[in-house]
Amino acid sequence: MITKEEIAHVASLAKLKFNDEELAKFTPQMDSIIEMANELGEVDTTGVKPTTQIIDVQNVYREDVVVKSQTREQLLKNVPETKDGFIKVPSILDKEEK
Amino acid sequence: MNISNETIDSLNQKLKDGSVTAQELANETFSTIAKKDEKLNAFITVNKDVEVATDLDLSNPLAGVPIAVKDNIVTDGVKTTAGSHILDNFMPVYDATVVSKLKENQMTIVGKTNMDEFAMGASNETSYFGEVHNPWNLTKVPGGSSGGSAAAVSSGEVIAALGSDTGGSIRQPSSFTGIFGIKPTFGRVSRWGLIAFGSSLDQIGVMSKRVRDSAQVLTAIAGYDDKDATTSKREVPDYTQFLNQDITGLRVAVPEEYMGAGVKPEIKEVIQNTIDLLEQNGAVINHVSLPHTKYVVPTYYLIGSSEASSNLQRFDGIRYGFRATDVNNLEDVYVKSRSEGFGDEVKRRIMLGTFALSAGYYDAYFKKASQIRTLIVEDFKEIFKDNDVIVGPTSPTTAFGIGEEISDPLTMYANDILTISANLAGVPAASVPAGMADEMPVGFQIMANHFDEGSIFKVASFIESQNKFYEKTPTGMED
Amino acid sequence: MNFETTIGLEVHVELKTKTKLFSPSANLFGVEQNTNTNVIDFGFPGVLPTLNKNAYRLGIMVALALHAKVAPYTHFDRKNYFYPDNPKAFQITQYEFPLATDGYIEIEVDGKKKKIGIEEMHIEEDAGKNTHADDGYSYVDLNRQGTPLIEIVSKPDIASPDEAYAYLEKLKQTIQFTGASDVKMEEGSMRVDTNISIRPIGQEKYGVKSELKNLNSFNHVKLGLAYEEKRQAKIVLAGGEIRPETRRFDEPTGQTYLMRVKEGKDDYRYFPEPDLAPLYIDAEWVDEIQKSIPEMPDKRRARYINELEIPEYDAGILTQTLEMSNFFDETVKDGADAKLASNWLMGEVNAYLNDQKLELAATKLTPEHLATMIKLIVDGTISSKIAKKVFQETISKGVEPKSFVEEKGMVQESNPDVLLPMINGILDKNDQSIEDFKNGKDRAIGFLIGQIMKESRGKANPKMVNKFLLEELNKR
Repeated sequence: MITKEEIAHVASLAKLKFNDEELAKFTPQMDSIIEMANELGEVDTTGVKPTTQIIDVQNVYREDVVVKSQTREQLLKNVPETKDGFIKVPSILDKEEK
Repeated sequence: MNISNETIDSLNQKLKDGSVTAQELANETFSTIAKKDEKLNAFITVNKDVEVATDLDLSNPLAGVPIAVKDNIVTDGVKTTAGSHILDNFMPVYDATVVSKLKENQMTIVGKTNMDEFAMGASNETSYFGEVHNPWNLTKVPGGSSGGSAAAVSSGEVIAALGSDTGGSIRQPSSFTGIFGIKPTFGRVSRWGLIAFGSSLDQIGVMSKRVRDSAQVLTAIAGYDDKDATTSKREVPDYTQFLNQDITGLRVAVPEEYMGAGVKPEIKEVIQNTIDLLEQNGAVINHVSLPHTKYVVPTYYLIGSSEASSNLQRFDGIRYGFRATDVNNLEDVYVKSRSEGFGDEVKRRIMLGTFALSAGYYDAYFKKASQIRTLIVEDFKEIFKDNDVIVGPTSPTTAFGIGEEISDPLTMYANDILTISANLAGVPAASVPAGMADEMPVGFQIMANHFDEGSIFKVASFIESQNKFYEKTPTGMED
Repeated sequence: MNFETTIGLEVHVELKTKTKLFSPSANLFGVEQNTNTNVIDFGFPGVLPTLNKNAYRLGIMVALALHAKVAPYTHFDRKNYFYPDNPKAFQITQYEFPLATDGYIEIEVDGKKKKIGIEEMHIEEDAGKNTHADDGYSYVDLNRQGTPLIEIVSKPDIASPDEAYAYLEKLKQTIQFTGASDVKMEEGSMRVDTNISIRPIGQEKYGVKSELKNLNSFNHVKLGLAYEEKRQAKIVLAGGEIRPETRRFDEPTGQTYLMRVKEGKDDYRYFPEPDLAPLYIDAEWVDEIQKSIPEMPDKRRARYINELEIPEYDAGILTQTLEMSNFFDETVKDGADAKLASNWLMGEVNAYLNDQKLELAATKLTPEHLATMIKLIVDGTISSKIAKKVFQETISKGVEPKSFVEEKGMVQESNPDVLLPMINGILDKNDQSIEDFKNGKDRAIGFLIGQIMKESRGKANPKMVNKFLLEELNKR
């Protein structure tokens, strides 16, 4: 059984937060999904190499040549807050560091 | 003009003889969408300001033909949302390679189609922009995640649409709405500009009523791209050359697991009739087994969600998309933007994927699933030694009712069992209409070996020529 | 209780490429914020990475220079974490199969030579820059995002702050000689993180490590480690326990301060990067790279000592930087006497550089000019004293020495047809000095030379004057 604490830990890694009501719904769902995943334990995979890609190419390189594509204005167009060409974000407020 | 009765070639003819212009085709399409989308909600954005090519090269049948693009494929200057609140204001500043290719072929991109949020879903109910309705029965789902593309094609809003397929997202909605849809081999079509879900599984493909239309569009969008390091350098054949070929001697594998207990009897019957049809016309039917089919659902959900958990981390409220306003510090920006910006299904997958990759669980989940993926790949290799195609139903059910399964993720996931393997193995796969069951369309799935899309087109065009399913009109659209 | 110290160094070095590791944006230092960026660097939805071949080549080059074994197979991995300067919220790095393993560096401390092992080195993308301001916001510049980096991880072989310092010097020197990086800490193209632990001598188990950050020079590394060594020993001697901490070096006080206590390991959820193809590194390519590596400092030093008969100490100084060593080699190639070239570079040239706070390349001096000047000294055209004047002109204004001394009439007089009459004229006027000389009073020679030099207005070649004077004196 996955616990609410474990869910909270995974959520913190994923930068997500659930309120109690959501957690009550989510925890059993996650639990049943993980239970389904546990079925894979039945399969003997000793010595089986993992497959993480199915492609017919290797050693794919790009030559070291500069290509100009977007301007800073274009790139900053979607940024919620900017200043003087910087992306502006609220600080971390890490007390020990300050 | 009723586009439902047209093909790319017939429109090309009309453009050539001057009975219609590309601009008129675009305008016609916009008015059709305006009318039909009131019922369907197939489009998130209608691209009314589209620049229609004027110097058409009509030796290319695609020139001047309207097409729709799924909203997880980025379009320069046209809002692209991936069906999510977190991107509901996102304006791309570059074109996906497939979009550039459509433009090079002078196609008119009329709009961006609705989809399950970040392509996660099999019913189009997880879209932030509302559910899409099935043209055959408006109370039913069109399937997902390319549900908007499917509904737009099936209802005759457009002749063809691009979709994306990570675990069946082109084929299952094609099956549910009675159209053809193909997911090519992994690496056949560039993913540059496709908003990533499961990077090792995602492929862009084509959906259309007629098989030939998809063959033409796929020929145009496929091929090596130096912006996508996973694309193949193999030459792209003209896929129309495989249409209307004799199927005598074609070796057809039918996996017992695809015709098993989970598949509805009415569907099995339609599928069996189609297999019989192939046999009667000279194909050799081989009964085979894909022994790891039982494990494909958890394998897929672990791998796809793990990749997604990483791919979707960039949606953090910093550089684009939704940023929560009630924030005091950086952590708030992250947590609130993401928690408010993503819907439940996306959060479930992010959570599952984060869990599967996390310390202490990697070996038991991500690595284990990747090892089983190897076994699944080997199952396919074994069958393709003696067979040209693998066939069966696309989905164990026909389109289900809106709201029927959304509350139960596991049931929803289990529906993908027949389409997932092709993504795990990287092989091409398509769904072609086979008939009706319970008054809803049934899709026939055809899978082939890597880069053998040709065999799929051969079989699909044969089936289409026999059952002429395209002559049927979706019944849900009648007033 | 006596302790032994174990130090680990993780050094990040930026590779000198034209473009970034996974995007074709320019890799440039010191340009306006967010101008060397594109959709890949911004981590836009839908973008994919493509691997810069030259970056990988330079990585292999550094690996070979550090005697490491280049991995024949590798793939990239994703390291997942959120930070504003990390736009995809994952960094593409090599986790499972690093670029190379098992290298070493030979250092010398207090005359003792020691091999320091290199555990592994991997190639990865750099992050952007996140600047904290006082207004409660931070400001992100993604120009640096995607710059190719290699991270070089030492084995726990370093036993003192002095060894750490020597290791860094040698590492910097070696990499600089490959040309793969500028290795400038002040520009951030070389960055050092270090960890240190102590244990009672004889104890097998390593002590608990503390990590040190904010080290802006090799000297800070040495000072910080030395402070930590003492701090940890004090705690243990007082019966306390070392906590796994990250500490910050503070330059004004020379002390280290707690940044945070590490609780458990960070969970980066590494997994293979699905968007890049695997690499099978071909042995032929590695050979080709090996052949292209410029001569390393140790080899150069040996060559200077053995072939050019340069003293060991001088050879060491000349090979400290690639720039100096190349300059020396060129000067000798242009015909200068090696010992004189070495003396000039270590003496006048270095003094000038220190005085003006310049790098050699920033001056107007060329190896050709220096060689010409040395040749003028050797053949007696100019005196060493004049040469110093010429040198100032040459290094600051780029003046060609030969035409300069000719134009300014600085050429020494060595012609016997001119010097002999002049010498005899002086001798004729100084009978007393000739007598003194005959009586063994050497001082007389000095006086006579002075007179001759005065007569020639300083232009007479002192060597020649000396020679002719003795000959003429003996004739009388």
